[in-house]
Amino acid sequence: MSVVTVQLGQCGNQIGFEVFDALYSDSHCPQGLCSKRENEAYQASSKERFFSEEENGVPIARAVLVDMEPKVINQTLSKAAQSGQWKYAQHSCFCQKEGSGNNWAYGYSVHGPRHEESIMNLIQKEVEKCDSLSGFFIIMSMAGGTGSGLGAFVTQNLQDQYSNSLKMNQIIWPYGTGEVIVQNYNSVLTLSHLYRSSDALLVHENDAVHKICAKLMNIKQISFSDINQVLAHQLGSVFQPTYSVEGSCHYRRNPLGINWQIRPPLPGLPTLGKVSLNRELHFNTSIANLVILRGKDVHSADLGGFKDPALYTSWLEPIDAFNVWKTQRAFSKYEKSAALVSNSQFLLKPLDTIVGKAWNMFASKAYIHQYTKFGIEEEDFLDSFTLLEQIFHLKQLFKKRSQGSLGGAAVWRLPLAQGAILETQD
Amino acid sequence: MTQSVVVQVGQCGNQIGCCFWDLALREHAAVNQQGIYDEAISSFFRNVDTRVVGDGGSISKGKICSLKARAVLIDMEEGVVNEILQGPLRDVFDSKQLITDISGSGNNWAVGHKVFGSLYREQILEKLRKSAEHCDCLQCFFIIHSMGGGTGSGLGTFLLKVLEDEFPEVYRFVTSVYPSAEDDVITSPYNSILAMKELNEHADCVLPIDNQSLFDIISKIDLMVNSGKLGTTIKAKSLVTSSAGAVKKRHQKPFDAMNNIVANLLLNLTSSARFEGSLNMDLNEISMNLVPFPQLHYLVSSLTPLYTLADVNIPTRRLDQMFSDAFSKDHQLIRADPKHSLYLACALMVRGNVQVSDLRRNIERLKPSLRFISWNQEGWKTSLCSVPPVGHSHSLLALANNTCVKPTFMELRDRFTRLYKKKAHLHHYLQIEGMEESCFMEAVSSLSRLIEEYNQLDATKSMPVEDLPRLSIAM
Repeated sequence: MSVVTVQLGQCGNQIGFEVFDALYSDSHCPQGLCSKRENEAYQASSKERFFSEEENGVPIARAVLVDMEPKVINQTLSKAAQSGQWKYAQHSCFCQKEGSGNNWAYGYSVHGPRHEESIMNLIQKEVEKCDSLSGFFIIMSMAGGTGSGLGAFVTQNLQDQYSNSLKMNQIIWPYGTGEVIVQNYNSVLTLSHLYRSSDALLVHENDAVHKICAKLMNIKQISFSDINQVLAHQLGSVFQPTYSVEGSCHYRRNPLGINWQIRPPLPGLPTLGKVSLNRELHFNTSIANLVILRGKDVHSADLGGFKDPALYTSWLEPIDAFNVWKTQRAFSKYEKSAALVSNSQFLLKPLDTIVGKAWNMFASKAYIHQYTKFGIEEEDFLDSFTLLEQIFHLKQLFKKRSQGSLGGAAVWRLPLAQGAILETQD
Repeated sequence: MTQSVVVQVGQCGNQIGCCFWDLALREHAAVNQQGIYDEAISSFFRNVDTRVVGDGGSISKGKICSLKARAVLIDMEEGVVNEILQGPLRDVFDSKQLITDISGSGNNWAVGHKVFGSLYREQILEKLRKSAEHCDCLQCFFIIHSMGGGTGSGLGTFLLKVLEDEFPEVYRFVTSVYPSAEDDVITSPYNSILAMKELNEHADCVLPIDNQSLFDIISKIDLMVNSGKLGTTIKAKSLVTSSAGAVKKRHQKPFDAMNNIVANLLLNLTSSARFEGSLNMDLNEISMNLVPFPQLHYLVSSLTPLYTLADVNIPTRRLDQMFSDAFSKDHQLIRADPKHSLYLACALMVRGNVQVSDLRRNIERLKPSLRFISWNQEGWKTSLCSVPPVGHSHSLLALANNTCVKPTFMELRDRFTRLYKKKAHLHHYLQIEGMEESCFMEAVSSLSRLIEEYNQLDATKSMPVEDLPRLSIAM
């Protein structure tokens, strides 16, 4: 089953390139640490998911590149072609001359409708190349104009046109201290729209990934390239093929599932032995956790710690909320690696921060004229704020403490069905 | 990729413009070694086959044949424009891009705005339309002029209204040189105030520049060079201050060095839109991020470094010094002290080998000493362009929307009031058809309203920053 990736804006395209590069490098890694047959099955599965075949044997990424100005796409195309190993299809790009100016309204209300047909056609073409479509992976940032605004528009369209396929959005949470001054507005508008049309939001915070680069990897001068590579590595370790059931001999068909979140793989982890969890530590409670193990000794790993009820909200049994996928085939250069994807409360605090700042700015009406110029009115902002406050409120109720006279399962069907918000955890 | 057109008006505007084109050519020559006409060059230059007569000579790709600036040169005297046309830059300009007259505006805004405005309106429109037609996707007009004279001030601001009506979707970025207190043009306060009203109403973004600040910067550099303080490994001649290696090898006058700084400002402003980088910033993003309310569109700029260091592998400390300098009042291009006033928004546009961690480290370091308005506590817009300016390994342009412009405007208003009270030289203005005392009154009120807006914002400076109560949801 194949995944079609849509890369939007500068961020989406820069990351998209790194993801495909990581996926390709990993699947062609000679040190599979498993049998040749195993390795070949892995490669074939990975390739089918993310690449299509071209006549002269160079795999083509199953991707559509969208940006409202040409510089980044040009760079991305040439970087891929230069690698000589894989590339993007020349005609899978949609580009304009003038960007979105960091304006969500411009991306959503102007570029969206104007270019809807062309962009959806490109995506359709990519879908037709797949034998069977598992879903869409949409990479975008929240802070800018194209990724955020046009991204929200495209996701909505995908919801309408391909309602049976899964849509997973990779969203990049901007640095707390400004990359873009209106990033909080753009983020609020993006999240509220995606919440209604996406099935799953995979979140990476720039601040968190930056810390990984600084503290865990000891990089002195961290560039966006470094950050994107860490991100791509994480995503690769989640998306590459795995077995869903112990002993099954086929790689799981659907790489995208609902209700999970990413944790960075811990490089060079000596053994996945007993993971003893200190009871005093406070965990963000999750409604679902997925662990993905790759490499040596995966079958003997003790995952008891993940079944600890302390990790989960009171109305869920760990057995219902915890899943594990495994493969003996090692990822990239790591003898053993683990990834954790979880749907938990971790995002509460960042969400609260962003909504708070956006609200303060909104109260002073600063920058609003830039949005109303292109059709996003104050009511649209208020709608977005309302929706996010509702989500925030709901997520707070996940806390174990509030044993809830809220009628249990009935209430929670709302966030699960309409798009769980997933976060990264250090 | 989009294109921009530069409209240079009056003596000051044309002299700065000339420096700008010179520097732009040098920058592109340094970056584009193969002589291919690429999108970066096309933002400011057309590629023309000069053998073709008439208009059809434009070439959109391939080797560079002959570069023509996307510019319109306007002056009501011939001296400056003629000099440009006889100098080494003559091939960059088309005679069809000029509008000149002989008599000049006599340092009278009314003559520039009303008399020459109506006289040359059609011609100006025609030239602008022509230059717009040559563009694939025109994004921005850069207007360069001074505020104190007659042509730049009067005709330059007349232009703004024409641009707004004719090209409403194209941004109007104005680089205005404000007269210093010791300006030798007596009527400069009148001209400036009358021009300010137009800037308030018709410009998208204004970059005010002060001759005195430029002069102080040049003097400081000269002092450092002469006293040998920069050390033996220091190259004092950088693209920023020196025209050595320039196309026009002229005997250096102080204005040359000053104009070069402004020209560099424009180059750095557009670098992230023209060249690649890990975090691009287009021109429309400048307005989007730095203009929270339509009237507050005056941006204080500062440029560092202003001299070159021969040592290319600059250790982190020097890089951090660049960031600190950008916020010192000595590096601002107008006399203002942003550190002690209130920031509404701030943009840092970095060029060269600087990465996101350097940016973050410096923002964290400098943030505590700067005051941001309550609703924009993290009001930073950043951009990283990989191509450094010629002669430097990296550079920083800081654009601040800061209440520190207020004193400049207040001083201007004071100078105006002193002159107006005596009715000095007023008859020169009032004798122009269409000019009445009410024009002056309206202009002053417009300025006063602007000053009042800044006052109100400043008043919030001492108030504690509190989070407003959020929406409460009934579940």
